[in-house]
Amino acid sequence: MAGWLFFLAMDLACGLFLLVVGGIFLELLAGSWPSIRAFGLSFLWTSAWDPVAGKFGALPFIYGTLVSSLVAIALAAGVGLLAAIYLAEFAPGWLGAPLGLLIELLAAVPSVVYGLWGLFVLSPIVRSQIGPFLQATLGFLPLFSGPIYGVGMLTAILILVLMIVPTVVAVSRDVLLAVPDIQRESMLALGATRWEVTRRVVLPAARGGIFGACVLALGRAVGETIATTMVIGNRPVISASLFAPGYTLASVIANEFTEATTTVYLGALTELGLLLFVLSLIVNGLARVLLRALSGGLRQA
Amino acid sequence: MSGAVVHRARSAALWRLRSAAAPWLCACCAAGVAGALLLILGYVVREGLGAFSLSFLTELPHPVGVAGGGVGNGIVGSLIIVGLAALMAFPVGTLAGIFLASSGWETLVDLVRYLCDVLASIPSIAIGLFAYSLLVEPFGHFSGFSASFAFAVLMLPLIIRTSEAAMRGVSHEIREAAIALGAREHVATLRFVLPAAWPGVVTGLLLAVARVTGETAPLLFTAFGSQFWELNPANPMAELSLQIFTYAISPYRSWHAQAWAGALLLILSVFALSVLARLFLRRSARS
Amino acid sequence: MFASGAVTVSGSMTVKLACRGLSAYFGQLRALHDINLDIATNSVTAVIGPSGCGKSTLVRCFNRMHEVVGGARVEGQVLLDGEDVYGPGVDAPAVRRRIGMVFQRPTPFPTMTIEENVVAGLSLDGNRLSRTAKERVVERGLRQAALWDEVKDQLGKPGTSLSGGQQQRLCIARALAVEPEVLLLDEPCSQLDPISTARIEELLSELAADYTIVLVTHNMQQAARASNFTAFLLGGKLVEFGETNQIFTNPACRETEDYVTGRFG
Repeated sequence: MAGWLFFLAMDLACGLFLLVVGGIFLELLAGSWPSIRAFGLSFLWTSAWDPVAGKFGALPFIYGTLVSSLVAIALAAGVGLLAAIYLAEFAPGWLGAPLGLLIELLAAVPSVVYGLWGLFVLSPIVRSQIGPFLQATLGFLPLFSGPIYGVGMLTAILILVLMIVPTVVAVSRDVLLAVPDIQRESMLALGATRWEVTRRVVLPAARGGIFGACVLALGRAVGETIATTMVIGNRPVISASLFAPGYTLASVIANEFTEATTTVYLGALTELGLLLFVLSLIVNGLARVLLRALSGGLRQA
Repeated sequence: MSGAVVHRARSAALWRLRSAAAPWLCACCAAGVAGALLLILGYVVREGLGAFSLSFLTELPHPVGVAGGGVGNGIVGSLIIVGLAALMAFPVGTLAGIFLASSGWETLVDLVRYLCDVLASIPSIAIGLFAYSLLVEPFGHFSGFSASFAFAVLMLPLIIRTSEAAMRGVSHEIREAAIALGAREHVATLRFVLPAAWPGVVTGLLLAVARVTGETAPLLFTAFGSQFWELNPANPMAELSLQIFTYAISPYRSWHAQAWAGALLLILSVFALSVLARLFLRRSARS
Repeated sequence: MFASGAVTVSGSMTVKLACRGLSAYFGQLRALHDINLDIATNSVTAVIGPSGCGKSTLVRCFNRMHEVVGGARVEGQVLLDGEDVYGPGVDAPAVRRRIGMVFQRPTPFPTMTIEENVVAGLSLDGNRLSRTAKERVVERGLRQAALWDEVKDQLGKPGTSLSGGQQQRLCIARALAVEPEVLLLDEPCSQLDPISTARIEELLSELAADYTIVLVTHNMQQAARASNFTAFLLGGKLVEFGETNQIFTNPACRETEDYVTGRFG
């Protein structure tokens, strides 16, 4: 009797879970329907965002989300991986373990805290120091042209880097530490230096997990709402300059959803949510395929 | 090494340099990351302590221009919203996790596990939209309960995967020994495997609570916020991280100070939860 | 008793590797006490003793692998051709290229193919191998390790796809490819079946023509079969060292006799 109940409870839990995941997709789809019907696929590549005229296009937000998260992950992956290598391979035990734990804790710092710091500390620095410096040295690039507001794409990218780098470090460090010591010793015994051991044995063995860490961090950057909203400037424009304000899918939902009045407006915002959902599905799917290719190539190599 | 077999690369000296410099570069990155993050943390502590007081913890927010005031209602709101979320997510998540660890129905197990990954990767704001359309729109007003629901959905994948891992971590011999004693499959799971896996399950719950405690995005259109002592989750409720956000983007200096103090409080609670989770896991690993 | 004072190899043989007053520590724990030992060129020297007696630690001191564990340190000298490997300015990787090592468990690098495993130690330090040189090294290494015939058609497969005994010979090939002068084997057969073990023992006697071999083993029959000299360690101290025949038939110390006749350990 008890067994029967237990199995029923388990099945119910699973059913509920499946219902929730399916429900998310269906609800988002249903919510976006007015917008999908009104704009069709052109929603994806038009950039008008005019609630008064009832014209909506998602391009600036897609652009903002992709640029901010991709640049952020590129920077965070490089710095984070090197930091993780130091913690796992080179740091003395008394330093590596506590520092690793600290960074793991910092990975849990809420995004609103990063946003707060970005808004009040980082953006003034970008306006008065980093921005002018970049403009003076690299100003000939369109990337660093135009007026510097402080809030904008560059500040958002920097905040995202700070937010996701602990994730990259913490997960990569775990992955590196999971490589058995005997592998390291075997390479050392062949006369390799510590760096050669890292390059030739540890990193190849850990590359799948490191890739996973980066995908996790990228996912966090794509979906980040509060911190980006606070520092990106919130203007639906596509600008070549990193100093210019931008907007992301998540930010515009956060800012405008409670103020949206018309059905089409609400639908457009919900469709942006649906896009975010699909975007993270694509990121995850691509990661899976790449990971399989990575390990498959290894098996045949 | 015989020269006939190996010929030196022209850039051997360069290689040596790189081999020697690489660890230092790594060390610089680690120092940079740790330094930058500690700088942020230090800043929050400094600014936050300035506005921290007992009344900050216990009082209602004051209107702009009236000195003092606190986030007491936000703290209570956070406790209620997160508590309700844990109550919803824990049984469902744990049972689903046990299912993943013990079921032989491969197709369903794979599907649930895959969807778990999918759910974990959906941005929290999209979950907020889902909670809105399910629990706010039909009732015509915002509510603390809809926020709890959004949080519960966010907690689910974490709880499912950690409880599955905890169940699988229990050695197979325990289950087999129990079955060999004549216990039925489910009795073996409930009486023998689950108690051994319990610390891992609780750790997962604590980490999930820590994760949603810092969440703000879904609250914008679920809990919405409130200026009052609102204890009924059927109504719009205040929540700490939401208050920090609102204060931060306001133009008032006194509110900014409160935002810093709130950020300090939020960081402290999230850290406490994470440390607690770790200690719990370590103690159980030792026993 | 030979607990202190140099133990010299008899006759006209030259000394390849020697230790003088060698002590090893793990933190506060002293694992080796004042070891003095001479190892003859082109011989197989077995190191025997009960588990925990410091056999592995001793050979790990020879190629400076002891120090890679946190908190571990060494006192005294290890002389390779009369030069102290712990001397000032001596580069540990350079020492390890002259003194190769094979571990207890086969450790092919899982991300590398058989071929890549063999040359793993050669492409270090900025060196590059040409295609033909690589093929030559791979074939020679695998032939020396008596593995060539078994794997020559599957050089591109992962090293981990081989059986345990083959993996261990692959590790020997990998160590030999670096062309070391001394080869240390730390219980290389403890995880292997009797047939693989016999192959490796056979291999050792062939390799002794070109290399100086130190074999750590807990298997006394193996020491008796495969070595010219035997060192018996107990509690981190060198109890007795001599020709294998003499150690096994007419040991000088009571402890050695008890051990080799199986009365303890």
